[in-house]
Amino acid sequence: MTALAALFVRDMRLAVRVGGGALIGVLFFLIVVTLTPFALGPDLALLARVGPAILWLGALLASLLALDRLIAMDHEDGSLDLILTARVPLELAVAAKALAHWLTTGLPLVVAAPLLGFLLNLEPKATGAVALTLLAGTPALTFIGLIGAALTVALRRGGLLLAVLVLPLTVPVLIFGVAASNAAIVGPVPFATPFAILCALTLMSLVVGPFAAAAALRHGLE
Amino acid sequence: MRLVASDLACVRGGRQVFSGVGFAVDAGEALMVTGPNGAGKSSLLRLIAGLVGVAGGGVALDGGDGELTIGEQAHYLGHQDALKSSLSVAENLAFWANVLGDGTARVGTALAAVDLGSLARLPAIYLSAGQRRRLSIARLIAIARPIWLLDEPTSGLDASGQTMLADLMRAHLAGGGLVLAATHGPIGLDGAKELRLGESR
Repeated sequence: MTALAALFVRDMRLAVRVGGGALIGVLFFLIVVTLTPFALGPDLALLARVGPAILWLGALLASLLALDRLIAMDHEDGSLDLILTARVPLELAVAAKALAHWLTTGLPLVVAAPLLGFLLNLEPKATGAVALTLLAGTPALTFIGLIGAALTVALRRGGLLLAVLVLPLTVPVLIFGVAASNAAIVGPVPFATPFAILCALTLMSLVVGPFAAAAALRHGLE
Repeated sequence: MRLVASDLACVRGGRQVFSGVGFAVDAGEALMVTGPNGAGKSSLLRLIAGLVGVAGGGVALDGGDGELTIGEQAHYLGHQDALKSSLSVAENLAFWANVLGDGTARVGTALAAVDLGSLARLPAIYLSAGQRRRLSIARLIAIARPIWLLDEPTSGLDASGQTMLADLMRAHLAGGGLVLAATHGPIGLDGAKELRLGESR
């Protein structure tokens, strides 16, 4: 197995084993979305209108939950030191870790979204649109979060600071994710326009995230 | 192969840890780095591994692979054991063998060499401190790298473990390897050079 494949497989394994926290994000997502109807009241039309926004907000907050494990755990137990002495570029190593992180924490949110759409009185078409935008947008959340995770790696219990750092950077993803969902449901903008920008944001974060994170980790060496 | 450091300086957290440190280690030689707490033994090893920035001077490896950094040709055995609790002993070692080596590592033989062969399928969370250290040491023999940077390698090891480590180091030196060890006491290598930090200040 190559070094990158080994990193990827290990992070997947760690996430699904005891204490890995792969399901924490989905459970949090479920709770946020379940609480919303209680807070807003039984107005079905209102729920259907704000549904996509609630799903996106829930997914955004849920994706933050596990971010502090992304790199910090490898830093705490010394694994990061050894990864730095591996013969792979650090950029690719953190990208492999982020990919495993997305598959174990981001993808479950996408899968859960259609089920949670029922709770918000979303039509099947609307639910499909939200799930599609989440599929396109959650990788951006992970890879933007990767930068924050690298910046706060040396801080013990840096989770809160991480959230404060990362959330402002995810605003464009949120805007275009919700805009694309609403475009598919009510119009008048064609779905493709905001969705294309959402995809562009994701592609950009896939490129920028690993380089920025690797630079932050190297700079943090002391 | 020859590892040469000249006029090395290290600054951590704004404090000068050491300066003007120089040494040369040839293939088959060991260097014991000694000194009081805070003299910079660990910092020196981390600096050679490329995990700490160099504040002055430089380290060079003659006869190594020019494409690789010194850290990429070295094993770093630090205070932290880089083991994941939920992975088994064999999975932990196989992971590092794949990441640090070329995937052709002898995980089984390495585990047997450090007396952990019978625990291969046990999750690492159940290992004692000494067994965790043994598992870290297994990494050194599972993947061949010419330079060993060992930070207090005997901590947590029992008498037989210390003998085992000394034997492994001797075998590594006999094969033309280099050993740099930060230590407070003898670790069973005769004829090792000594670099004493923290006395010039």
